[in-house]
Amino acid sequence: MALLTLLAIAALVLAGFLAGRQRAVGLRTAGGPSLHSLPAYHGLTTSATALVAAGAAALAAAFVLGASSIAVPFAAAIAGTAAAALAYSRIETNFRARNLFESITLVVLIACSGVAVLTTIGIVLSVLFESLIFFREVSPIAFLTGLQWSPTASPPSFGIVPLLTGTFLITFIAIIVAGPLGLLSAIYMAEYATPRMRGILKPLLEMLAGVPTVVLGFFAALTVAPLVRRAGEQLGLSVASESALAAGLVMGMMIVPLISSLADDIINAVPQSLRDGSYAMGATKSETIKRVVLPAALPGVVSAFMLAISRAVGETMIVVMAAGLAANLSFNPLDAVTTITVQIATLLVGDQEFDSAKTLSAFALGLVLFVFTLALNFIALRIVQKYREQYE
Amino acid sequence: MNMIPQTIQTPTTPDILAGKPVKILARNVDIHYGDKHAIKNLSIDIPDRAVSSFIGPSGCGKSTFLRAINRMNDTIPGCRIAGDITLDGQNIYDRAIDVVQLRAKVGMVFQKPNPFPKSVFENVAYGPRIHGLASNKTELEEIVVASLRKAGLFEEVKDRLDHPGTGLSGGQQQRLCIARAIAVNPEVILMDEPCSALDPIATARIEELIDELRQNFCIVIVTHSMQQAARVSQLTAFFHLGTLVEFGDTGKVFTAPRDKRTQDYITGRFG
Repeated sequence: MALLTLLAIAALVLAGFLAGRQRAVGLRTAGGPSLHSLPAYHGLTTSATALVAAGAAALAAAFVLGASSIAVPFAAAIAGTAAAALAYSRIETNFRARNLFESITLVVLIACSGVAVLTTIGIVLSVLFESLIFFREVSPIAFLTGLQWSPTASPPSFGIVPLLTGTFLITFIAIIVAGPLGLLSAIYMAEYATPRMRGILKPLLEMLAGVPTVVLGFFAALTVAPLVRRAGEQLGLSVASESALAAGLVMGMMIVPLISSLADDIINAVPQSLRDGSYAMGATKSETIKRVVLPAALPGVVSAFMLAISRAVGETMIVVMAAGLAANLSFNPLDAVTTITVQIATLLVGDQEFDSAKTLSAFALGLVLFVFTLALNFIALRIVQKYREQYE
Repeated sequence: MNMIPQTIQTPTTPDILAGKPVKILARNVDIHYGDKHAIKNLSIDIPDRAVSSFIGPSGCGKSTFLRAINRMNDTIPGCRIAGDITLDGQNIYDRAIDVVQLRAKVGMVFQKPNPFPKSVFENVAYGPRIHGLASNKTELEEIVVASLRKAGLFEEVKDRLDHPGTGLSGGQQQRLCIARAIAVNPEVILMDEPCSALDPIATARIEELIDELRQNFCIVIVTHSMQQAARVSQLTAFFHLGTLVEFGDTGKVFTAPRDKRTQDYITGRFG
């Protein structure tokens, strides 16, 4: 029935457009009053009216009689035809079809952006309310300060500190890896590489950003983690088979393209006049980069780092595979640790009842994560705004 | 070193060159940007401790030639230069010349003020720092203050040396750029339309400054304003379509030009 309804609406829209335009063309007479709007606008308003009426009727019919009822396409066709006929009858030479159609377009544009905003608000509210239910069972203070995370034990304990330290540790390793690599490659691409070299290198780096994280995850678990372990054994260190270091290294590789691409754009945005000013003082290229270009780009580079950090904090697959699930309270990069996102994933995998503290704790974790990344994005945004004022 | 006899080959030697040593000398210079022949067989003598101005319609090559004097064109891909440009008799395109040292001797001020996004102090201290001109903080401060004084800016900014240079007014920014250029003790200062982004009052201030600076520096200025050329310079060179049409004492070029094209330009018939 859905297909039939869609076909009916499409036919109405097309017919409305053609009929409306035809009628407007017919109103043009030699020496007579000229049309206010072009004929196509009359067609568009007619078909837009038909679309709205038919769509509303179809939804109403589906709601009252059920989506599979034969009445749905009929309701759409009847309502659409009636609306189109009404709009058709209103077409006159001085009918302001263009203005009407532009208002309709504006409403459509607002509705589209509204969908994204409303969805975000909906997610936040749902996470918030489920978290409140969770906090009725577990006190927020115990949740935020507890040192033990074992939601499946009896009695379960929901202390988030080991997850925070794990998240922090892996993110820290990732940034230590990706920061210098990303920044230095950005400096090379923006300042030293020939345009041809840059044209090859930048898409290649951005391709790395397109590798699905699940692929990076098994690369981390099956290649990097054993390598780290063997290297550690050579040095006489005991390394867990799943370690924060392995996950952090691969996560660092994941965010290198993000940092290098953003930093490259930011360095390129530093006005050439500043470089010229420095060269004209007898500065070498490296002096110019170190003393003029990078300081000028610094706020932007910092915000690129912030975005990279919030990306790393939110990453799940690599950590699930490479860092393990054990909620150890440890700052040793050679231990297995776990992160907030991994725990959310494991809490909700498989069949779950949605009223237990164990499941609800995922929402509380989500809330913490959301607040954390929101704060990071906010800081990054503020820095970017400050950066914009810099050369004006 | 490629030594070139410093003879003057203009039909009538400008008076200004009679009493002054020649600082910059160009012989048969051709500059190409890719396929574009920007400067055609140019020869000129530029005196020390005087202001020389380059005038001419847009695209005539005057800025191109100015940028050739401190090799700023080196950074532009596809730019080729032939012929000789010498500074104190030394060919600046010689292999033995270090472009970094050349630019320390030949400073430049740009069309749009381009202070670094640093404090006023750091802007001026930039050159002395990279060239190691000061051995301690006191010396550095002395250089900065002296340069700001010479640029006629010190009194206006002495209470806000730690404020960002980008926060100054346009005219102050341009004087800051001049202070920055003279802080490294150059011999030549090139100015590429230094007042085109400034209001008349700031322009007058810069012109006054240029007049003071010519006591100590060889100044070459590119300008679109013929009044400015007449006010500040002692030697005027008129460029047209990549050719140096005429150069001579400013007074003579503006009152009795030898070439018809110069006359047409200064009387506003084209350009």
